[in-house]
Amino acid sequence: MRNLIDIKDLSVKELEELIAVAEDIIANPAKYAEACRGKKLATLFFEPSTRTRLSFEAAMYELGGNVLSVSSANSSSAAKGESVADTAKTVSCYADIIAMRHPKEGAPLVASMNSSIPVINAGDGGHNHPTQTLADLLTIWREKGRFDDLTVGFCGDLKFGRTVHSLISALSRYTGIKIVLISPEELKLPSYIKKDVLGANSIEYKQTTDLLSVMPELDILYMTRVQRERFFNEEDYLRLKDSYILTPDKLKMAKPDLSILHPLPRVNEIAVAIDDDPRACYFKQVLNGKYMRMALILKLLEVNVK
Amino acid sequence: MNIDSIRNGIVIDHITAGLGMKVYNLLNLGELDCPVAIIKTASSGKMGKKDIIKVDADIELDMDILGYIDPGITVNIIKDGLLVEKKRIGLPEKLTNVIRCKNPRCITTTEQELPHIFKLTDKEKRVYRCIYCEVKAEENSLF
Repeated sequence: MRNLIDIKDLSVKELEELIAVAEDIIANPAKYAEACRGKKLATLFFEPSTRTRLSFEAAMYELGGNVLSVSSANSSSAAKGESVADTAKTVSCYADIIAMRHPKEGAPLVASMNSSIPVINAGDGGHNHPTQTLADLLTIWREKGRFDDLTVGFCGDLKFGRTVHSLISALSRYTGIKIVLISPEELKLPSYIKKDVLGANSIEYKQTTDLLSVMPELDILYMTRVQRERFFNEEDYLRLKDSYILTPDKLKMAKPDLSILHPLPRVNEIAVAIDDDPRACYFKQVLNGKYMRMALILKLLEVNVK
Repeated sequence: MNIDSIRNGIVIDHITAGLGMKVYNLLNLGELDCPVAIIKTASSGKMGKKDIIKVDADIELDMDILGYIDPGITVNIIKDGLLVEKKRIGLPEKLTNVIRCKNPRCITTTEQELPHIFKLTDKEKRVYRCIYCEVKAEENSLF
């Protein structure tokens, strides 16, 4: 049995297979409409989330399956003090696959160690969010047609931004990747990721606090939200939240085929005026996320559609 | 200085000079009901100075703790007055309940019964990371 806890659990070949399945789902949705008939997905969300939970649920419904849902810690046995291990063992008796979001880092790994059905990490605190990375990768693939030879800028909260860490980790397995890290000093990418991921894979990278100065180089700009829930201190949050806001003016310097990605939800870091710019890909990313989750559910349930 | 040789027991040798008491305490050797000798700053051809611990009983040692504190240690098993086995410890690849994860966001902070498991991720710099949250073990994180 397989789980997806960290994006590195998938080899490059497996990622490409998932992308191929997602492309086939997009081209032939009817072929997959009954693929998971009789199967149940349990979405265990112990932290607020709208889009990820709905995306998983929509993915399972579009595969013809059913969904059992826990949408907050307060409405589950966790409120009574049940452990993640016990929850995983219990839900294994009801469902065929679990998607879990939890505020504590490592909770989905604990679930996978105790579950008899596959577990998908749907976000664990500031740690990993591999299915967002799948959405990001399909978007890059559909926009650029390649993962090699791209200059990718990451802007905003690079310290706590789990989607940034996972995407950097996934892209570092390709050749000709250049990473540009754009953030305030306080929210720089953790040094262990620079060393263990970028350094270990000999990925060229640079760090700057100035978005405008690097804009012309970028093929992809990955914007992130400075998240209130990742701060221990409200003052720090208020001081840094508006650091990097993307406006139409700033985009004048950008390549005409730049792709702007954002894991969403946005607060104000991308001006609404940019939504109509053909370079804005963040809503396509939402849709791509659903297709990749469909492909992932099929893979983990070992359902082959001919 | 002479310490009686042991017939059946363990000699923990090549302890970095100054760490002998730490090893003694962490292995709870003070609780044993048998002779235990700590030899501090003994001469060593290889190390200059070293500490040695002799335990006059055949006990189970936690090799993970030993390896984590001082990977250069060797453990000699003595039976009927003869050296029957010499174990070189080295850095353990995995530590279970030897060190504690101090990341307040880690699942181990709320689920007390979970074992604290760390994996060696950088042998050269002796970096251990929590398997749950991947945060690096801090100094003084021993249980």
